[in-house]
Amino acid sequence: MTSELQYIELYQEVADLIKSKSCDVMNAVRDEAFSTFQRLGFPSKKVERYKYTNVDAAFAPNYGVSFSPLTVKPSAYIYNIKNAPIDVSPYYHKIADTQDAITALNTALVHDALFIHIPKNQQVEDPIVVDHWLRGDAATMMNRRILIVMEEGADATVIINDHSADRQRFLTTQVVEVVCKDNARLDLYEIEETTPLCSRFCNVYIQEGRDCSVKHNSITLFNGLTRNLCDVYLRGENAEITLNGCAIGSGSQHIDNNTLIRHEVPNCTSNELYKYVMDEKSVGAFAGKIFVEKDAQKTVSQETNANLCASSDARMYTQPMLEIYADDVKCAHGSTVGVMDETALFYMRQRGIPETEARTLLKNAFMGQVIDQIKYEPLRQKLYVKVEKRFRGELDKCEDCRLCK
Amino acid sequence: MSEQENGQQNKPEKNELVRRIAEKKYEFGFTTDVHTEIIEKGLNEEVIRLISKKKDEPDWLLQFRLEAYRYWLTQVQPTWGHVHLPEIDYQAISYYADPTAKSKKGPQSVEEIDPELMKTFDKLGIPLEERLALSGTAVDAVMDSVSVKTTFKEKLSEKGIIFCSISEAVKNYPDLVKQYLGSVVPPKDNYFAALNSAVFSDGSFVYIPKNTRCPMELSTYFRINARNTGQFERTLIVCDEGSYVSYLEGCTAPMRDENQLHAAIVEIVVMDHAEVKYSTVQNWYPGDAEGRGGVLNLVTKRGDLRGVNSKLSWTQVETGSAITWKYPSCVLRGDNSQAEFYSVAVTNHYQEADTGTKMIHLGKNTRSTIISKGISAGKSQNSYRGLVRIGKQADGARNYSSCDSLLLGSQCGAHTFPYMDIHNNSATVEHEATTSKINEDQLFYCNQRGISTEEAVGLIVNGYAKEVINKLPMEFAVEAQKLLSVSLEGTVG
Amino acid sequence: MLEIKNLHAKVGDKEILRGINLTIKDGEIHALMGTNGAGKSTLSNVIVGNPSYEVTEGSITFNGQDLLSMSPEERAQKGVFMSFQAPVEIPGVSMTNFMRAAVNARREAQGKEPLKSTDFLKVMREKRKLVEIDQKLMNRSVNEGFSGGERKRNEIFQMAMLEPTFCILDETDSGLDVDALRIVAEGFNKLRTAETSAIVITHYQRLLDYIRPDFVHVLIDGKIVKTGTADLARLIEEKGFDWIKEELV
Repeated sequence: MTSELQYIELYQEVADLIKSKSCDVMNAVRDEAFSTFQRLGFPSKKVERYKYTNVDAAFAPNYGVSFSPLTVKPSAYIYNIKNAPIDVSPYYHKIADTQDAITALNTALVHDALFIHIPKNQQVEDPIVVDHWLRGDAATMMNRRILIVMEEGADATVIINDHSADRQRFLTTQVVEVVCKDNARLDLYEIEETTPLCSRFCNVYIQEGRDCSVKHNSITLFNGLTRNLCDVYLRGENAEITLNGCAIGSGSQHIDNNTLIRHEVPNCTSNELYKYVMDEKSVGAFAGKIFVEKDAQKTVSQETNANLCASSDARMYTQPMLEIYADDVKCAHGSTVGVMDETALFYMRQRGIPETEARTLLKNAFMGQVIDQIKYEPLRQKLYVKVEKRFRGELDKCEDCRLCK
Repeated sequence: MSEQENGQQNKPEKNELVRRIAEKKYEFGFTTDVHTEIIEKGLNEEVIRLISKKKDEPDWLLQFRLEAYRYWLTQVQPTWGHVHLPEIDYQAISYYADPTAKSKKGPQSVEEIDPELMKTFDKLGIPLEERLALSGTAVDAVMDSVSVKTTFKEKLSEKGIIFCSISEAVKNYPDLVKQYLGSVVPPKDNYFAALNSAVFSDGSFVYIPKNTRCPMELSTYFRINARNTGQFERTLIVCDEGSYVSYLEGCTAPMRDENQLHAAIVEIVVMDHAEVKYSTVQNWYPGDAEGRGGVLNLVTKRGDLRGVNSKLSWTQVETGSAITWKYPSCVLRGDNSQAEFYSVAVTNHYQEADTGTKMIHLGKNTRSTIISKGISAGKSQNSYRGLVRIGKQADGARNYSSCDSLLLGSQCGAHTFPYMDIHNNSATVEHEATTSKINEDQLFYCNQRGISTEEAVGLIVNGYAKEVINKLPMEFAVEAQKLLSVSLEGTVG
Repeated sequence: MLEIKNLHAKVGDKEILRGINLTIKDGEIHALMGTNGAGKSTLSNVIVGNPSYEVTEGSITFNGQDLLSMSPEERAQKGVFMSFQAPVEIPGVSMTNFMRAAVNARREAQGKEPLKSTDFLKVMREKRKLVEIDQKLMNRSVNEGFSGGERKRNEIFQMAMLEPTFCILDETDSGLDVDALRIVAEGFNKLRTAETSAIVITHYQRLLDYIRPDFVHVLIDGKIVKTGTADLARLIEEKGFDWIKEELV
């Protein structure tokens, strides 16, 4: 319980430097976020939402903190927050849970932020791709921040890739805030393909207005320690949220997804599907809560978490939760942890398919159900291939990565 | 009621129902006027020594209590439940109340029992005279801190079965008690377990010797009567190799404006090839319609399936108590052991229930089933909380959990908090849960057949809970069905 | 081709096979009949190496090789095929991918190159016609949403793809109407060569009208108690098994 000290000292030392590199809208909330962090410290395992990840240990090593500037290729809709075309102060650090220690730490330390703005009724055909490259000669901590504002009727696809370019220890905190105004649509993909040396703490906050439709896909293909949090606030009627997750673990990887969907108004729909395949000594955790407020009548919600433990040393923790204060609702969740279907396995072997191949086919089929949900066709096709490669053990490094070859 | 009226002006007949249930009296809310010896309020080592002395206990038990008490002092009341547990002033409670104190040695036969006490249990439908007994049921009746009477003791002892109050067991079978007491729920298990271990007064002790099928249902009936007392009963059931017993537990309390504390422990030990069925119909006073008073029911129940092929089944119908905090659990230690948890929890008015189970799979090929039905009405909060843990060695373990919640009314809450920790890849664990309101089509169908809404709710809820009710022994099942209807009368709004 | 000697096997703690002796030469069709629970399915599962069954005694050689020491996939790659009584659904695995994996595994075992994608699809198309199976079933996951008849037909289709030398048809006729039965049985006949041997498990004569057995064996309580020619099957159809049981006493 002492890891926070080095970050507190760091901030006290470099706060002025960070502020000088940053901008007003970010500096406006910085000191307060820092004092929140100072007060909270890193959450222990006794904090319900952090019970499956040892945060303190992840932040304990001595990392150099990167303050290298964000490079944004000039393109429509994407800005460095300093150059935002609109006033972002009503959004920045307003959607996020300010009382989350990781979010607070990120807000204190982050000096640069990416801003994606889709104007009113603008339909963006091509996906907006954000590539994060972790680079460094020494163990490095990165603090990343993204703000996405979808104006009324805007429609876009955003893909956020997380790669590691160097065989180095990296610690990332990332906070993504998404504001969808009425009738906006967003497909948001987060794909992590890093190395076992990487630790990642990513908090996503999504707020939806009336008639919005948002899909969030969290895909962990390769990693070290990953802790993803996704909170969704349904604040306008007839809003829809789909949360999909795919987590593949092997070695001693750790994948912890924690989601919360808050139905605050009537007539909203939420769908959630997270699947895990955990092999070797990997540890998977899923905790998903559907929260239905008192007035959120006619809520329809379905949450599914299915997991496959493929080795005797793998572990899986799952916690699907319903907290419901309205009566006219249809909410269901299901969670399974199971073994591979032995009958199917035998059937395949009887046809001459070697056992390892049969197992790969079954794992692939199991995960295929999540990948099937991906709407953006080229990405879907790419992920089918990647997931299969992952199960064949051919994806031990980020393969698109020109830098590490 | 004004809030509900404003919200539902178009449904006058339902308002009428709501009013009626508000006026509905708790059926078992009377008090018994009987001379009761009460130890002064407050809790300290002296009080514990006094309880132990009154019960003429051996020194090891006193030490057991004191150790638990000292541990309890270092702990704080847990806050993780989805309930609003009020600040409990442990010094304002009396830890020992003995309504049988008139006769010095405690009652030996029916004739010696204070007729007022007899009347009380009669009123509750629990006859203590063996000739009047419900067929095939032996009863241990406990009021406040003391066992009033245990029926059919002699008949059972012919088979070597021990069924008596735990105080008697301490005197007559000290070795058995010493061997098993605290072996399933250690005194340091949790805050309320530590408290109970320090101050427990009475409860039942059951020992079924090897290869014996207990010929009748064993039952304990708990009653809180005295004001400002807590009830801290302790039940210990040991079912030896190849044996079987079915055990029932019932509870009621008078209506009091203040909360009454009930912190019990039930420990069950199941040996090789043995089977225990434990059924509870819990109808402690739930508090009034405004949320005043009611029993705080903070209970630790756990079974240890030590033997191979052992079986344990918990069935509970929880309709009472202001606050319920209770997780009858199973440790599936023996290979091939099987555990079940069947639960119906009904909350109304301001009641809050946080209940469920823990299934800890340690042995190979162990199986557990969890069926939970939550029904919330009024302004109540009803939570299922459960843990399924599959240990590293528990090859081939299986669990199936199904948790359904039914919401009656727009001001209540229904919550599901399952935890699954899987440490073995050959395990199969399935959990499913649904939450919905009462089916309007079903209600309308009943209405169309001339059945009133009130009655229809009772019917539908009973149907919904049937899977659990069916697990209860006959007499209990009938009572449970009645209770369900009564607890819910007029809750549709 | 196949030689079974004194075979004993159990499922869990239950002994099902109690000393089976059976020799099947190249090109022979052997029908296996018997009451439910006699051990017919156990025998076929043991031959193909289902891990749920445990061999406690005896041996099986296949073309002179010890079959019991081989994994299920090795047996399949050497040409042993079973048409399952209740083929399992495998959601998420498409028929095409499944068949490609199986065909190429067999080819690899035979020292052949894997089939090129276009060639593979061509073979699929040809064999599909042979057993009159609908193309749209090929786009689905293995057996998912297939009717009973479609599943059986799919089994014969897979046999066509894999070209086994030894087949077990485990109640392939159950759940089929007359027309489907004819298609499946004729499909099998078209596929077999002079060397192909088979064990045909059935309760009914009608399948044996199409697939004519050289020998008929009656299995009772885990042992072959009677062996005869095609006439024996007709006799059983007529009189049941009781008379055989009586003979034994």
